[in-house]
Amino acid sequence: MPALEFAQKIKARFGDLISEPAEFRGGITLKVGDAERIAEVCRYAKNDLDFNYLVDISSVDNYGEDPRWTVVYHLRGLTHGNELRLEAGVSEEKSELPTVTTVWKTADWHEREIYDMMGIRFCGHPDLRRILMWEGYPYFPLRKDFPLAGKPSDLPGIAFSKPAPLEGGPFVTVAGGEDAIHREPRVRNPGD
Amino acid sequence: MATVKDIEIRDSAARAAQATEELQDMQGEKMVLNMGPSHPATHGVLRIVLELDGEIITKADPDVGYLHRGDEKIAENMTYTQFIPYTDRLDYLAPLANNVAYALAVEKLLGIEKDLPPRCQYIRVMCAELARISSHLLGLGAFAMDLGAVTVFLLTFTDREKIYNLAEAISGARFTTSYTRIGGVMRDLPPGWLDQCKKFCDEFIPSLNEVETLLTRNRIWVDRVRDLAVISKEDAIDYGLSGPNLRGSGIEWDLRKQQPYLCYPDLEFDIPVGSTGDCYDRYLVRMEEMRQSVRILLQCIKKIPGGADNKTKEPVNVPDGKIVLPPKQNVMTKMEELIHQFILVTQGMNCPPGEIYFGHENPKGELGFYINSRGGGTPYRMKIRAPSFVNLSIIPKIFPGCLVSDTVAILGSLDFVMGECDR
Repeated sequence: MPALEFAQKIKARFGDLISEPAEFRGGITLKVGDAERIAEVCRYAKNDLDFNYLVDISSVDNYGEDPRWTVVYHLRGLTHGNELRLEAGVSEEKSELPTVTTVWKTADWHEREIYDMMGIRFCGHPDLRRILMWEGYPYFPLRKDFPLAGKPSDLPGIAFSKPAPLEGGPFVTVAGGEDAIHREPRVRNPGD
Repeated sequence: MATVKDIEIRDSAARAAQATEELQDMQGEKMVLNMGPSHPATHGVLRIVLELDGEIITKADPDVGYLHRGDEKIAENMTYTQFIPYTDRLDYLAPLANNVAYALAVEKLLGIEKDLPPRCQYIRVMCAELARISSHLLGLGAFAMDLGAVTVFLLTFTDREKIYNLAEAISGARFTTSYTRIGGVMRDLPPGWLDQCKKFCDEFIPSLNEVETLLTRNRIWVDRVRDLAVISKEDAIDYGLSGPNLRGSGIEWDLRKQQPYLCYPDLEFDIPVGSTGDCYDRYLVRMEEMRQSVRILLQCIKKIPGGADNKTKEPVNVPDGKIVLPPKQNVMTKMEELIHQFILVTQGMNCPPGEIYFGHENPKGELGFYINSRGGGTPYRMKIRAPSFVNLSIIPKIFPGCLVSDTVAILGSLDFVMGECDR
């Protein structure tokens, strides 16, 4: 599998910084031990291994675990057609990692979206503003401790300042809950 | 005898340079112009803050998010099947393609994408290609109308109407189709549908030819879109463009060919690419893609296992009661099926822990789903990689140097939809 070879090359170049490649459903994931060096790894992947196309950057909130954030980069080489996933853990206290806008320009909006939705900052980003929510919105809505029903906003006139109609009643299932009561859709609040 | 005359068409950079020269002693303060969010050429609720020097754009800052509904948050709080209707509302001009993309992503997580029955694969391909034609027709109609060619809009919308009839026949809804299920489709094709589809294909090509005669060699059209907003190969890759916008810049990348899924390897079709990457190329690529989609549809009609009325009773769903709802009759009469139905409806299917990314060649570009599962019936995190969101991020790069009147042409040629961009 060529994607695995590319993963081995990155592993050989950066040594202990990179975890052993993990495979699931044909996709290769590499964990980058130190989020501070993510841009360096990305630049190597682009310049030396020809991963010239950044498909997407996503973020995961591992609420209640450490590190709280995982930032996920999907790389693709349009010339050789291989894909690779890089992951970096970021602690809640820090909530910051270097930008990769210097490697791929498309990272600009993806990073703005992650800042907007999760509140993770990207050091060195040229224009780190909110992108989907409005300027001055006080919360980060994709965090696990933000309720599905929304929170009242203190900016009446700009957006709704009362909770969304779902308040009190989104019926939420918990993935992989330990028993049927947890797995069933029920009214839940964050922290339950 | 006709004579050939060279037409000099300069690119936007040359025009901007000349304009700057001419306006040297008229330099004044720059004006900021708010375009949108309610502007007919922004095809939805896109707002662009333009900084103008006279008629020339010096800076453009797109402002998205007016249609943000928190789809990713919603997805974390419901079962995989419950999210299917939300996918209709991403790219609402091609709901069938979104349904297919989402179902394939969850099936990849379950590891059953290779087990899909052949008839289901053919049905899904036909859905995706019909959606592609429908989306391109709207994009083309709106693009031409914004530049003053209203006739094109009327012609393309007549054909879209026929596609909506086809969608209504298979799913019961014209717009919000929700046609696929995880592990299959909602139901088999209704009797006579393939004939209807064949009839559409036969009538569509002459109609597309008519549109082509109205635009492709039309002097006014060519003058307005050629050499406008040229996106180089390097920029297209660097900004992560996908779909016709990437191919318009001359890069032969189509997920249907490069990472084949469903029954695309069994079908013959070509990938059109542009040569210069201007608005005209993106228009030509979309025109040819529609023809290729018709070619795929005709092959599917011929090759679909079971044929029009499915006399051989080819299945359209994965035969697994823990993924697909069992037939209602069995639920009412058999214990095991009743249990399967109950578990599926209350808890959803039991997905393994792990993470996958699946990209689908949607009409607008690569629609990707990143699913992070911790097991159970709901995703822990689902990120939607929306092609329109990424395609719009190139605006600050290509707008400067263009005229205000060019904005409508560029936006039309980028062919985005805000439902998907803002999620």
